[in-house]
Amino acid sequence: MPPIHAPLSTATTTRRVEFRVWRGDSSGGQFQSYTVEVTEGMVVLDCIHQIQASQASDLAVRWNCKAGKCGSCSAEINGQPRLMCMTRMDTLPDGQPVTVEPMRTFPSIRDLVTDVSWNFRVKKRIKPFKPRKPDNPDGSWTMFQVDVDRVQEFRKCIECFLCQDVCHVLRDHHKHDEFIGPRFLMYSAMLEMNPLDTENRIADLKHHDGIGYCNIGKCCTKVCPEHIGITDNAIIPMKERVVDEFYDPMTRLFRMFKPR
Amino acid sequence: MNALDRCTVHEHDVIVIGAGGAGLRAAIEASAAGVKVGVICKSLLGKAHTVMAEGGMAAAMGNVDDRDNWEVHFADTMRGGQYLNNSIMAERHAKDAPARVRELEAWGAVFDRTKEGKILQRNFGGHRYPRLAHVGDRTGLELIRTLQDHGIHQGIEVFMEMTVVALLKSGGRIAGAIGYDRERGRLRVWKAKAVILATGGLGRAFRITSNSWEGTGDGQALAYHAGAELLDMEFVQFHPTGMVWPPSVRGILVTEGVRGEGGVLRNSEGKRFMFEDIPDAYKAQVATNEEEGWRYVCGDKNALRPPELLTRDHVARCINREVKAGRGSPHGGVFLDIGWIREKLPNASDHIKRKLPSMYHQFKQLAGVDITSETMEVGPTTHYSMGGVAVDGQTQASCVPGLFASGECAAGLHGANRLGGNSLSDLVVFGKLAGEHAARFAKANKAVEVDPAEVEAHVAAIEAPFSRSGGENPYAIHAALQDTMQDLVGIVRTQSEMERALEAIAALHARHAKSSVTGHREYNPGWHTALDVGCMLTISEAITRCAIERKESRGAQFREDFPQKCAECATFNLIAKKAPDGSMEVHRRPLVPTRPDLAAVIEKMK
Repeated sequence: MPPIHAPLSTATTTRRVEFRVWRGDSSGGQFQSYTVEVTEGMVVLDCIHQIQASQASDLAVRWNCKAGKCGSCSAEINGQPRLMCMTRMDTLPDGQPVTVEPMRTFPSIRDLVTDVSWNFRVKKRIKPFKPRKPDNPDGSWTMFQVDVDRVQEFRKCIECFLCQDVCHVLRDHHKHDEFIGPRFLMYSAMLEMNPLDTENRIADLKHHDGIGYCNIGKCCTKVCPEHIGITDNAIIPMKERVVDEFYDPMTRLFRMFKPR
Repeated sequence: MNALDRCTVHEHDVIVIGAGGAGLRAAIEASAAGVKVGVICKSLLGKAHTVMAEGGMAAAMGNVDDRDNWEVHFADTMRGGQYLNNSIMAERHAKDAPARVRELEAWGAVFDRTKEGKILQRNFGGHRYPRLAHVGDRTGLELIRTLQDHGIHQGIEVFMEMTVVALLKSGGRIAGAIGYDRERGRLRVWKAKAVILATGGLGRAFRITSNSWEGTGDGQALAYHAGAELLDMEFVQFHPTGMVWPPSVRGILVTEGVRGEGGVLRNSEGKRFMFEDIPDAYKAQVATNEEEGWRYVCGDKNALRPPELLTRDHVARCINREVKAGRGSPHGGVFLDIGWIREKLPNASDHIKRKLPSMYHQFKQLAGVDITSETMEVGPTTHYSMGGVAVDGQTQASCVPGLFASGECAAGLHGANRLGGNSLSDLVVFGKLAGEHAARFAKANKAVEVDPAEVEAHVAAIEAPFSRSGGENPYAIHAALQDTMQDLVGIVRTQSEMERALEAIAALHARHAKSSVTGHREYNPGWHTALDVGCMLTISEAITRCAIERKESRGAQFREDFPQKCAECATFNLIAKKAPDGSMEVHRRPLVPTRPDLAAVIEKMK
């Protein structure tokens, strides 16, 4: 007989928590205070919904699944980039107000909603998947699990853009025109490491995507809700490939004599 | 200034409403046919409810068990749907699904692999053989991301965070759609020769649901008001395993994959109650003891499936019965246990984390439960609508010229109950078909002009919540509707309760007509909710009226006052349609006849 939880009381205790929610738009804004009745198991997004339903029906927030799968409800909670739907209230310090503000790396639309359209434009620029000819007559390929484990890790990405939000190259230095950010460095790595792919994106990573700007501070990895090893498993190997292709002395020598 | 001049106007050959699996697959197909395509998504691209699909995508590829083929899949689908399915659609679905899976691989999807390097397939309820291509328990994310990343390079125009509020018609034909963008609250008109509805489900009409905020029945309601027919609306699937605790996560899906990997259901007495009630149609397919069930999970071809892998309608009802009999878990569910496989597998903890990573994190983070060693509490949650827009099985066309539908918002494939895994395959098989035929329609027909008077009427309706003041908060009306549907038209139904539901829905209609919103038009969720509630009221009425008319228990519909199947009810589907006076009428329509060769397949597989 497996362990079964001891019967719990269905009655929940309620506590009142002060929320300081950023309200405003691209022209500016300020924190506004609300009081929320918090019961067992509630997450920050539940509190925001409670405020919407009872105190501020026009409070703008982006959310979809409320289960950590769609990556829509990214925000900065007590200054930390988090998914609102996966941040349990009982993990935040008791007795203190909870601040919720939009991701600061992207332009404000309204309240907690930001304009993340830059990310969609960046993705479109990256050379798409280009598979080799199918291995089998039915159009399928033969690939082994060990060959796809790493790619599958990157494909867990829910595109919450928290890694983009926290990356100082974007957040503090605003290099949006020269740097694609951790999400898309990893996206490129995902395509490069796909055993079927025949495209080469290494030159783009060096010349257009700004991979050199990343100084492997690992902030992106720390905030990833899917626990993807963005820096170690994706960005560093891509940096190595850039080095191999452009700075390796043997390759350079070879390139000098290669007919154009 | 006339109303049309106040709208930003776009022109396309084909407009797809919805950007989940079905919408994106339809858009890719239509674009490949050489017509100009636009996709309207209610959320950001790639966030649609498809991302939440977990267990997998059913396709009889036979990679794990070579006895599988389209005939077995077809027969399983028909049996699961209690033979109310459109057999033409079920045939196409079973035949085409393997090619659609391989196509996803060609577009970049990376499925879990067999030892031989093929796409791995897993067991699921109602499927005779391991059939679900999957990626751990995040198959939906893989599907939508693959279609998204492929689709953005196909010349499709994407309209993110925009909502369609009505379809436009001219001379009986579809002329386009009207709606608003969330960011600025501006009015938009999309002129189109053909429109494909791919808006997904309607679970938000119920209090306990696995659906995201978008599942408000938009496509079904848009089609209904445009004169299309709704089919089988009474069949709402209650997935047996949603989370029940803590309260704020109640309804979030726990994938059937847990049971596919060996998870078992127990009541408070520790008994595997599913062994006690096995329907006649499945008696020959179910294990007689626990040991045989485990051998099936391990791939023993001579073993039969454990009863936890019976169809969802049946499992949900059994759970409901246990809870009502006082044998439930502390928070009103039953226990789902995967950790027990530690007795059987040396590395069970790692195995569970690898096969069910999302479930592991979901319970760990949201409920503080470690599923590798502790049991989960689960109970039924509103999950899927088998009903939806009635379509032609060969083309996905509705009865309104130029209007097509695919995916969850269309109906026919699943009959009275959908098998797990048949939804993701539905999306790509019928998304493709809808795209192909909508493009063909657009090429064969000239554009029609939108009617300014019609636009004006819709603009007035869209803006109405702002023009009223002091009315009720739309969130309150939504919550009241959810309570009504959950309590009166839920997993167990009776005539008297559903008649009360109809009265309640009528009263909510009246309250909704007076509701008002505060603030301005930019990204105002109160306003959006006010408009969504209109759709949910329409489809709630359709569900209730059809459920009243079907005086039997079959598939997802369980009537306490008519607990048995009735032979006569096996001969018709129900249609809900807007009558000329604006009221909703429900009538019976004989089933699409099953071709003799398909009938023979069903007979052979019984």
